[in-house]
Amino acid sequence: EVTETSKKSIVTFSEIHHFLLSDTIITETQKRISNAFDVFDHESNKTVDVREIGTIIRSLGCFPSEADLHDIIAELEEEEPTGFVRYEKFLPTMTKILLERKFRPITEDLLLQAFEVLDQQKKGHLEPEELTKYLTQEGEPFTQEEMDEMLSAAVDPDKNVILYKDFVSMMTFDDTR
Amino acid sequence: MGCGTSIAVENQTHPSETDGSIRQPSPALTIKAAILIQRWYRRYVAHLEMRRRYTWNIFQSIEYAGEQDQLQLSSFFSFMLDNFTHMNGNGPDLISHLLDSVVDPLTEEVRQLKYEQIVVPESYCGPRLSFPLSVTDTNALLSAFKEEQTLHGKYVLQLLYETKKFLKQMPNIIYLSTSYAKEITICGDLHGRLDDLLLIFYKNGLPSAENPYIFNGDFVDRGKKSTEIIIILFAFLLLYPDHMHLNRGNHEDHIMNLRYGFTREVMQKYKTHGREMLQLLQDVFSLLPLATVIDNKVLIVHGGISDKIDLDFLSTVERHKVKSALRLPKRSVDHLNVHANIRSSSRQSGRSRLDSPCSSGRTSRASRRRKKHITKQGSCSSSSSSSSSSSSVCSPRVSSRNTSRRPPPSPSLPSPTDVLQVPFLDSFVSLEPPEPPRDELERQQVVDILWSDPKNQSGCSPNSFRGGGCYFGPDVTQALLQKHGLCLLIRSHECKQEGYELCHNGQVITIFSASNYYEEGSNRGAYVKLGPELVPRFFQYQVSRSTRKLTLHQRVCVAEGSALRALKEKLYAHRSDLMAAFQQYDIDNTGRISTSEWAQVVESVLRLDLPWRTLRPRLARLGADGNVEYESCFEDISPGEPIPPVTPNLAETLYRYRTDLEIIFNIIDKDHSGQISIEEFRQTWKLFSSHLGVAVNDQTIDDMARSIDFNKDGSIDFNEFLEAFRVVHKLVIKEQQQG
Repeated sequence: EVTETSKKSIVTFSEIHHFLLSDTIITETQKRISNAFDVFDHESNKTVDVREIGTIIRSLGCFPSEADLHDIIAELEEEEPTGFVRYEKFLPTMTKILLERKFRPITEDLLLQAFEVLDQQKKGHLEPEELTKYLTQEGEPFTQEEMDEMLSAAVDPDKNVILYKDFVSMMTFDDTR
Repeated sequence: MGCGTSIAVENQTHPSETDGSIRQPSPALTIKAAILIQRWYRRYVAHLEMRRRYTWNIFQSIEYAGEQDQLQLSSFFSFMLDNFTHMNGNGPDLISHLLDSVVDPLTEEVRQLKYEQIVVPESYCGPRLSFPLSVTDTNALLSAFKEEQTLHGKYVLQLLYETKKFLKQMPNIIYLSTSYAKEITICGDLHGRLDDLLLIFYKNGLPSAENPYIFNGDFVDRGKKSTEIIIILFAFLLLYPDHMHLNRGNHEDHIMNLRYGFTREVMQKYKTHGREMLQLLQDVFSLLPLATVIDNKVLIVHGGISDKIDLDFLSTVERHKVKSALRLPKRSVDHLNVHANIRSSSRQSGRSRLDSPCSSGRTSRASRRRKKHITKQGSCSSSSSSSSSSSSVCSPRVSSRNTSRRPPPSPSLPSPTDVLQVPFLDSFVSLEPPEPPRDELERQQVVDILWSDPKNQSGCSPNSFRGGGCYFGPDVTQALLQKHGLCLLIRSHECKQEGYELCHNGQVITIFSASNYYEEGSNRGAYVKLGPELVPRFFQYQVSRSTRKLTLHQRVCVAEGSALRALKEKLYAHRSDLMAAFQQYDIDNTGRISTSEWAQVVESVLRLDLPWRTLRPRLARLGADGNVEYESCFEDISPGEPIPPVTPNLAETLYRYRTDLEIIFNIIDKDHSGQISIEEFRQTWKLFSSHLGVAVNDQTIDDMARSIDFNKDGSIDFNEFLEAFRVVHKLVIKEQQQG
């Protein structure tokens, strides 16, 4: 009986969901998705390389982790993987992600907190080696290329440290431009 | 959901943190923090990557669209021809201006003597070449060019002359071997980018017996150091004839050079001898070999192939006859023959013809979409895949294809190509080709080699839109390779973001060596090395203007800024069309329309096939109600000028036809002196304005001609020429205000 009720509430929720979202919002969202997809559709045949899916999803404003992406890609791939993802499959999945606001943005504050956690000695800055150690060994490790690229933007050239507060402000600003 | 909440929770469950002592955060927390930063950063990079990609798309689309403007020039040519008889008899013979190259009837020996006798002043401190060349000479050239010196005209002439002599004895196809366990380095388009050439030499060593090179065409145009590049390449060619090889590209063509900057560069650097150099270069370019084959296994050509290419036939072609891929419409032949008979008797058929323009057939997104559009049109003749690459067969398709792509003509500026189509059709259908079939076949082979592009779909579709070259599919590649026992095709011709690209199941390599081709940061350059095992090794590079390494963000911003500026210019150039269409949606005259409507209008007018919604934040402002303030996309265009009133005005024309005007000016300016006579200007302006359907009366033109000759010396230079447009605009506005 409990299951019945909960099933019912799910159905109702999705109905409301549908109800609340007017056609315009769905269309606008889908057009955004279509635009982003087209940028990577090099052969103009409504397919993109599966390795670009992460970039597309992120450029639409989402912050998935690598693990999240793996799951999404598994969903999007054909039964016999071709290395390409078709738009017909991508559109509904992406629409859902956007409308449900999954993988919400990481705020500047949160990012700052994360750096502060890594700054164990509370120096107010991080050594390049420190940051490299964390980001290439922990979590979902960076490749050497990713690490080098971040360091090139993050390291203060005079002091040879990462003033992470400034770094975070700058990156957040860059991102919004 | 998300890391945020969990970190906060974590903090709260560590009461010891409040006592101020330094505690190690739990490993779990560290991991969470790391993941969060990684997640965030990857998203940041993806955002940059998106911007980089659409910047690339913008460049490609505009370049492609710009090359379609070539058609306007051709239509202007045919218009001029058609109206030749309407010009008053006092006018200069513009047609002969177009067709005559100023032929200097010197014999070879006399010419050589003449060059030797050129005096080089003592004060000249650049390299002094002595023939036959030695390593000292090539080293001197490299040092001099690194120091931004210019080689004296005498040596350039001698170099070109010797190169021409040398190339005359070369076959069309050069066969090389890697039998000495040498690796051969193959480079693609350089387009006047000296820095890239120097970087290649730095990374890979100078050409020598141990280090052979093949340069696969397009040495000149667009970049500013085309002259230096060909000097270096030709010098090495003469120094190491067995180890240095040059293939002809589609830009080794004097008509293309008029359009894309090489002619101008030569004339600016060599005011005395430039004209003669350009003369020599016409011959030198047409004498460059067409193809190279390594170990009878790897074919290297600049553009590509078609289903008509046969290497045996190709090796018999008289390549020097194809001076330019561009030809006049055949209808003008009658005119030509009349004048040809009156003039000199010996005019090579290859020289005096300018055709429908061949812009390089880049398989950009726009072009592919365009092709798809074509097949949907249900062309009235045979299917595209089976017809030949001959331009004469495809005329019915030309018209349908063109009219489907042209933006809707604005009321007072009819699309120039409307004027084009009918003459073209007539010419192809009604006239017999004046050239004998064999010559025509030969020309086709050469044009196909220089202009074709690979595509992913099977078949070989002619690019009759441009009058030559094809899009060739994997089946065409496979067939040709098999026919001649080859295993690989290396070609250039198309800019690739990574400097190289493989297609057709790895049977085709595109190699492109001009990094930052569109803008700083737009793409890498690359070269490929082949050893006896014939496994390609790729080497990439990117020339950087600054010594400090730019961050990804900085690189993207520079390229993006440039692309967006170019895009905004396009918007401005089509202002009246755009405004008219915007206003159709803006019934209540609020100055705003929805993003959807804005995107739709812009695409329908500009036809660049770009992701407008993604680009919108960079191009136009949103109002408070979330709709697009459409006039805001015309801001920041002409520095310091207020937005002019929205009447079809010639300031737009200036933007739209600026490059064409320069070409026209260069053509009128026969002796490349940088000046044209007022009379020539009058004649040309009259034609041009009637061609555009802009009504300007004789008196106005006279006033204008007088007024733009600022220094009153009776002749007009290019800047004054351009100024004419602004002046006329003012006159027209004045008229409107008075009228």
